[in-house]
This record gives sequence, C-alpha cells and structure tokens, in this order.
Amino acid sequence: MSSLNPSRTAASPRAWRELERASRRENWGRAWYKFSHNPLSVVGLITVATIVLLALLAPYVTPYPEHAGPFTDFQNAKQPPSLRHPFGTDVVGRDVFTRTVFGFRFSLTMGVVVLALVVPPGVLLGLLAGYYHGTWVDTLIMRVTDIFLAVPPLILALAIASVLEPNLFNSMLAVSLMWWPWYTRLVYGLTAQMRNEYFTVSAEIMGASRWHILFREILPNCVSPIFTKMSLDMGWVILIGASLSFVGLGVQPPKPGLGTMVANGARYLPDLWWIALFPALAIVVIVLGFNLLGDGLRDLFAAEEI
Amino acid sequence: MQIAAFIVRRAVHSVVVLLGLSMVIFVISRILPGDPARVAAGARAPDWVVDNLREQMHLNDPLPVQYVYWLRDAVQGDLGLSLVTRRNVAQDILELFPATFELALYAGVMMAILGVGLGAVSARHKDRWLDNLVRVLSYMGVVTPSFVWAILFLLVFGFTLGWLPTLGRLTEGLQPPPRITGLYTVDALLTGRVEVFWDALQHIVSPALALAMGSIAQQARITRSAMADNLGKDYIAALRALGVPERVVMNRFLLKPSLIPTVSILGLDFAATMSNAFLVELIFNWPGISRYGINAMLRKDLNAIAGVILVLGVVFIVANILVDMAVAYLDPRIRLRTARGR
Repeated sequence: MSSLNPSRTAASPRAWRELERASRRENWGRAWYKFSHNPLSVVGLITVATIVLLALLAPYVTPYPEHAGPFTDFQNAKQPPSLRHPFGTDVVGRDVFTRTVFGFRFSLTMGVVVLALVVPPGVLLGLLAGYYHGTWVDTLIMRVTDIFLAVPPLILALAIASVLEPNLFNSMLAVSLMWWPWYTRLVYGLTAQMRNEYFTVSAEIMGASRWHILFREILPNCVSPIFTKMSLDMGWVILIGASLSFVGLGVQPPKPGLGTMVANGARYLPDLWWIALFPALAIVVIVLGFNLLGDGLRDLFAAEEI
Repeated sequence: MQIAAFIVRRAVHSVVVLLGLSMVIFVISRILPGDPARVAAGARAPDWVVDNLREQMHLNDPLPVQYVYWLRDAVQGDLGLSLVTRRNVAQDILELFPATFELALYAGVMMAILGVGLGAVSARHKDRWLDNLVRVLSYMGVVTPSFVWAILFLLVFGFTLGWLPTLGRLTEGLQPPPRITGLYTVDALLTGRVEVFWDALQHIVSPALALAMGSIAQQARITRSAMADNLGKDYIAALRALGVPERVVMNRFLLKPSLIPTVSILGLDFAATMSNAFLVELIFNWPGISRYGINAMLRKDLNAIAGVILVLGVVFIVANILVDMAVAYLDPRIRLRTARGR
C-alpha cells in the first residue's frame, strides 16, 4: 500500500517540505486566478489599496498637509472646486481634498482598531458556547448575545458613546461593545456543527485537551469565514464610525473626520455644496471598496454562512 | 394550538431580551460619575435638599435595588425628568414619537413596494441589462449611508430641481392639523384638510426615501436571489409543463415563497429605520424623537437618553415578534418547528 504515493515515501523530510511549499504556492495561485477573474473584486482591491496608500502617505500626497488641523486662510475661503483645490475649500479656507484624505486615516483606524478589539473576544465566546452546546455556558453566552443583537446597532453605539467623552477612541469603544456578538454568533454556529465532525470526535477519543480541540481542531476551520466577515465588516464599522462622528460623538473638529466634515458642511447647503458632498462621497467609496473586496473573498472561500 | 404555542414561546423570549436591555440601559444611565440628585435639584440647592432628594430617588440603596425601583417606574411610564426640557421624559417622547413613526411608516411602505418590485423585475429579466442596472443600483444603495442620501436628495430634489420642500414637516405658516394620531398626513385627511395633507406629504417624501434607500436595495437583492433560486426548482417546471399561465406562475407560485426572506429582513429594517432616523432627522430638521435623542446625548441628559433607547428597543423587539408571526404565516415549516421546540 505504501507504494501508492511514491513521492511521499521516497522524499527526504527536506524535499517533502519543498513539496508542501510548492503546493501552497499553487493554492495561492489558484485562489488569485479565481479572485482576479471577477472584475468587481479587483476593483474593490484596487480601491482599498489606493485608500490605504493615500491614508498612509497623506502628508506627502496632499497639496496642503497643514490644512488637516486648525488652519485658517480667509482669503481663499469658500472656493468652489478648481484645479488648485479639486474639492474646493471650506468656510475657513482649508482644502477639502486634503482634509478628506486625512479623514481616511481616522476611518481606517476606526475599522482596524474596532475589529482588533472585537474579533478575539467574540470568537472565543462563540467557540465556548458552540463547544458546550446545550449546557449553561451556551445558554448564558447566547442569551447575552441575543440582548445585544436585539437592539439596532447604531442606537446602542450612540448610547454608549454619549455617556463617554466624545472622541475617536471612545467612539471606537462604543462600536466595539456592540459589535462582538456578530462574531460570537457566527463562530457559535460553525463550532456547534463541527463538534460532531469526525476529526473533533477522534481528537477527543485520543484524549486531546479542550484547548487543543478548540484552538487547533475547530478554530482553523473557522478562519476563512471569520476573515471574510472581517473584510465585509471593515466597511460597516467605518460607516457606523462616520455616523457617530456625524452626530458629533466621534472625531472632534478641527480634526478632519469624514462624518464630522459632512455634518459641518451640511449647514452650508446648497450654496457651498462641495464641503459636505465630497467627504460624503468619500465615505461611499471606502465602504463600497471594502464591500466589493469582501464579496470577492466570500466567493473565494465559498463561505455562505456570512 | 400550534400558533398559540409559537406566540407564547416568542413572547417569553422577548420579555427576557427586554429585561436584559433594560439592565444595559440602567447601567449606561448610572455609569457616569456625578450625582443625579445634585443635578436634579440644581447647583444652588442647599445640601439638605439634595440629601432628601437622594433618599427620595433611592440613590442610597445598592444598585440592584435601584434597578428594581427604576424598572417599576419605567413600566408605569415614569422615565424621570429631562434635564433639558424640565419635563417628564415620557411626555416628551409621546409628543415627538408620532413624527418619527410617520417617517418610518412611509419609509417602510417605500421599502416594501420599491424593494420587492425592483427585485421581482430584476429576477424576471435575469441577466439582461435591466437586471444588471438594478443590481448596480442596489449595490450603491446598500453601501451609501442614509445621511449621504439625505444630503443628495436635499441638493437634487430640494434645491437644484426645486420639486420638493427642504426642511421640517410643514411649510412655515401652515397650521398643523388637530392632533388625533399625531401623524400629520393621517390627521389632515381625518379632518378633511386636503391642502395640509398635500403639503405634509411633499415634506415627507425626501426624508422617507433617504431612510428607505438602503433597505430598498437590500430587499431588491434578497427578493431577486430568492426568486432566482426558486425559479430553477422542479415545481415551477411542473407548473409550466401543465400550461399554467406565466403570470400566475410568477405571482402566485414564485413570489409568495420567495417573500419569506424578504419579509423577515423587511421587519428588521423597518425597526432599524427608527434608529437611522437619527441621522436623517438631523439633516431635514424633522422634529422627531431621534433629534430629541441626539440633543439629549450631546447634553448628557441621562433620563432622556435612557427613555429614547428604551422606546426604540421596545419598537425593535415588537417588530421582531410581528415579523416572526408573518414569516410563520408564510412558511408552515418554521411554524411547526418552533412550536415543537428545537
């Protein structure tokens, strides 16, 4: 029987590792092929990459980096879009394009930090509740999750943000406090299914520890749905963050939060339409980008449960 | 019998969720440093007044006891005094709620009609240009936040084209109709004031549409994919083979089962509309509960915040129950499964 796979029996450990690496490369190549054949996914990837680059290099790529703070230039205030100011200038003469690009920084920070705060506890609780399916652990965790999911996310985030000092960090905290249940619910469903699969049961029979079963057997099988959900959630978290700063509970002026800029600009509609419109469109573009990217990843992993 | 068991089960579950929500809200409203009694009495009140008030407000008791008192009052409709308006929060909310509800109601009607309509059109013309157009539009609808739609509609319909009025519920100078339900359009019709009805209707179109856009897009996507899935099923082929007219196949046999996912999302979206109204009411200067809530939040008016969240939470949960009942009506399988217990 051992002659079924000659390469495997004949190869030295080193050659075997080589082979493994090659097959992984091949998998990546196949994934990229599939991903890149959906033009929408590629558009999403390019959009996200552009926004991330712009945000990282904001001080170097924007024409007036000093306009990102408390800067005034009343001579050039209220200018409509032109070659010098592609998105126009606001009521105190700051370049709206520059501020929008700096606004991406706050939006991306929001998304990254919230997901970093939310995913580990959410996933852990989901693993526990799913593994101890039908016991009091399951009941406790999932009832609490139900309560958080029973309220529209924006309301809860607004409520939490409103009792704290309004700033970027607290708005991230508020969004995080209402976002973890989504990951708990996702991982819960996956784990409850997987605990009855043969690989889990056989690990149990061999006397593997709980820790091993949860983190080495079950968790790796949840990774691709989790990542797909994260890429889709980036857009939604950014949107909620923008909503919070729109009502004044997020990034505070003179810092250029996108939502803050829209809210301030909305006061000067319709005459100075560009002050509100361009940051608003920037929010749409960033959310759209992450959604297209996330949809592409979802098709790739065939993760239908999200 | 089965239906009754289903409803009881759902109701018990909702009460548990509601209690949990009230605890969260209570903790939020007590988390702030500061003395509610001092705030309520005013900065210049003598200390003994504040002490008495603190005893009256049960603030010397342990937190769980305070929670029970708070819950008892809340159930009886006493949500405490608003620091800003100096009135009972429940009274404020009662006065403002109809405005938001009217907005959400119109948005809900738009979601149902436009969303399902677009989805059905899209499915019927699957993979042709009309389908693709609807799909692109619905993608844009999903990713664009409601306050961006609000700004776009305000600019386009309100200012550039001048078709629709821009701010508020009624044109200034027009007398609001006598309050019967609090919904201007309904009250105006009930009292026979057609010009007020027409004016109120014009005012509500842009904000309601801005609120509904995201959900219209969502409904269109879900309806389309559900119909497209069912279109390939054997029973449809069988009906066609039997010579049932295409219209009947579409409307009676394809649309109804395809509406199940739509209805459940629609209900959730309708409830979420009330909270998205936070952003749209601000832009259109709509005198509703959300604008009141935002003001309360910016001024840390804790009783008002707790009241607004509690009301919106209750609306959300009630909407959830209604949705579940509607879905159970549409899909006998769910009804049976839940009644028997998982």
